[in-house]
Amino acid sequence: MKEYVMGNGAIALGALAAGVNIACGYPGTPSSEIIETLAKYPHEGLHLEWSVNEKAALEVAAAASYAGARALVTMKQVGLNVASDPLMSLAYVGVEGGLVVVSADDPGPISSQTEQDTRRFADFARIPVFDPSSPEEAYQMIQDAFAYSEKYKTPVLFRPTTRVCHGYASIEATDTFTPKKYEGFTKDAGRFVIFPKLSYKNHGMIEERNIRIGEDFSSYTYNTAEGATSEKAVLASGISYMYAKEFLKDHSEVRLLKVATAYPFPESFVRRELAGVKELLCLEELSPYLEEQVLKLAGKDGLSVKVLGKLTGHVPAMGENSADLVRRILEDYLGIAGTSSEREKTPTPPMRPPVLCAGCPHRASFYAVKKAMEKERTYYCGDIGCYTLGNAMPLDMVDTCLCMGAGVTMAQGFSHIDPEGKAFAFIGDSTFFASGLTGVVNAVTNEADITICILDNRTTAMTGHQPHPGTGRNMMGHQFDPVSIPKILEGIGIKKVVTVNPLDLSQAISTVRECAALPGVKAIIFKSPCIAIEKSGRTCSVSEKCINCKKCIRETGCPALTTKNGQVTIDASLCTGCTLCAQVCPVGAIGGAQDA
Amino acid sequence: MHKDILICGVGGQGTVLASKIIAAAAMVEGNTVHSAETIGMAQRGGPVTSHVRIGDDAYSPLIPHGKADIILGFEPAEVVRNIDYLAKDGLAVVNTSAVAPVVESLLETGYDGTDMIDYLKANVRCIFVDGNAACEKLGSVKFLNIYLLGVAAGSGKLGIDRETILAEIESRVPEKYKEANRKAFLEGFETGSTKGVIS
Ligand code: SF4
Ligand code: SF4
Ligand code: SF4
Repeated sequence: MKEYVMGNGAIALGALAAGVNIACGYPGTPSSEIIETLAKYPHEGLHLEWSVNEKAALEVAAAASYAGARALVTMKQVGLNVASDPLMSLAYVGVEGGLVVVSADDPGPISSQTEQDTRRFADFARIPVFDPSSPEEAYQMIQDAFAYSEKYKTPVLFRPTTRVCHGYASIEATDTFTPKKYEGFTKDAGRFVIFPKLSYKNHGMIEERNIRIGEDFSSYTYNTAEGATSEKAVLASGISYMYAKEFLKDHSEVRLLKVATAYPFPESFVRRELAGVKELLCLEELSPYLEEQVLKLAGKDGLSVKVLGKLTGHVPAMGENSADLVRRILEDYLGIAGTSSEREKTPTPPMRPPVLCAGCPHRASFYAVKKAMEKERTYYCGDIGCYTLGNAMPLDMVDTCLCMGAGVTMAQGFSHIDPEGKAFAFIGDSTFFASGLTGVVNAVTNEADITICILDNRTTAMTGHQPHPGTGRNMMGHQFDPVSIPKILEGIGIKKVVTVNPLDLSQAISTVRECAALPGVKAIIFKSPCIAIEKSGRTCSVSEKCINCKKCIRETGCPALTTKNGQVTIDASLCTGCTLCAQVCPVGAIGGAQDA
Repeated sequence: MHKDILICGVGGQGTVLASKIIAAAAMVEGNTVHSAETIGMAQRGGPVTSHVRIGDDAYSPLIPHGKADIILGFEPAEVVRNIDYLAKDGLAVVNTSAVAPVVESLLETGYDGTDMIDYLKANVRCIFVDGNAACEKLGSVKFLNIYLLGVAAGSGKLGIDRETILAEIESRVPEKYKEANRKAFLEGFETGSTKGVIS
């Protein structure tokens, strides 16, 4: 069957073609659609799950692989940090069935905290990594990744970047799914129980084996060379290779190399290709990984080749490459006259910064805390999700945001350093399950004085509304008893756990005041669904009572509130009738929710 | 055939459906197609672009600057934001209805699209249409994407047959909106093929 799918879809179809038996992941842009695509195609016999976090996903997959099954694990690059504990050890232990960890990198970064490079992680963990440059390649390469994993009995990393994950192409895919037949687990404590002695032994084996994989990769299909041999050559990887190819299609006199397996570096291939090359430009994103490998090789071999790239300032150290950036770099490198097409004197278009949706319940939760704490010295520790946008004006309710789950623990740090201040943690329901729980135990154990605000909107909104433990639905399509957040909190030993509807402003404000005044750890669950999962079908409107004071706009910043000819009005196509603005209006000019 | 088509607008205007239809129609006609969309945060109202690349020798998933044959712009400022992608002799189909930023009420930039349209009039080959007004006449602004797609098709710059596109539209919209969408497309097509290009 021919399917027009995005790169993540191609990865999923490739995994199905490889007979994957189990697929686990945690949502994260740009990787989320892999698991979602698997769910859409025939996958009878495949165990599919959104795991509670990336560490859990990899551990579930590792056991399946020990039993000989083929296992796929998906996450974004920062998720790999969470999974790094099992990954580092698994690298030593090795696998039985093919185990591929997809870690999607995000140059830019477009929607991430870091510009880390999964290829470096592969080097650090001493395991192979595949780096596709297009959806078509990703479809084939993920199958190769499973084969190499099984051949060398090692976990393998697979790292597409945003443009590969989200680019669409036609894939000729097999339309029947036949899961791999596996032997089952054979007990072997000497192999599967990690001990210092085992690690020592395997470390030596791994280093020796990686030299062989590097040799193997030297004849790998997707490590390629094209164009005439030239003294000035180009080495590229991933999407940068595509940008270079786009430009060099009119310059076939230039040699273009591609390395799709950054680690173990295909030394023989590159050595062979460097013969006669005087200058090599390295085009890659995130870190100068290939550039450094070539420098190492040149040092070892005593080659006289000039290596240009990020380390020499020819390629920017940070940010995404683009077709135009690569064109400019190549024109410069090859001494070709510029072909700039930038137009002059264009007016500046208005900024359109992302904001919380009109009617988003997070806006009401933040507003309630803000109002309740007006006179206090506060610390507002945010977390990862739509609600990070609570930092924007006029709410201005996020003082810190570090990584998944950090809000709960950072609030504790502030409370110990400043016992008089009021420290708050804001965390979404999905993030709470992923990495907030242990922080709550820490707070109780170490007697922090904090108020934990759980923004329970019944979904993982930011990454595209995936289910989570609190939704009571899983990726196998089964219903289960939703994991109860209040029961967890009470079980941990928090004495004050209150659930409140954030859209009931006065109730929400008095709850916040009451909790913040108590000593110790308190929790407020602000419960109201994301507007995208539950359509209200209502809108509010501004009546003639309005004195046009604009308090509603100034205080809430709801995008449905606008002005028309100077008069405040509500855009009915955006408003969800949440009534927050109506509760803010001093003269009661905003009509309660009417059915639209 | 080689065509690079850029579709731009703000979240919620239906640009993604327009790009999906163009990509699918081009494939039906036997072309190799690649496309890419900006997939941003869940929030509506941010800038969105789709790049559709038709032909065997398109490697970069995004259109390089100066290569787009046509920009299908749902909003004047968004056309300007993406203008560097347009080829020197490229055509921009511009919906003249401006969309104020969702934070307009807070920032009060006074944006109404006139600066953008003036610039485009003076510097770019354009077909200007008031898509929102045309669609209100047809019954709903919901048809904006299909109407504008019609204008682009009518300009002859998409290089895809009218009937192929119509078939793709009809396979994607619910039965009860088929007739209305067909009308919106054909009215757009008529406008695109008769309305003069301002250059
Ligand atoms: S009721 Fe008010 S605050 Fe709520 S969505 Fe409508 S305009 Fe925005
Ligand atoms: S998608 Fe849902 S949670 Fe995210 S900003 Fe919109 S309403 Fe809020
Ligand atoms: S707060 Fe009330 S009175 Fe003031 S502008 Fe808004 S609707 Fe009008």
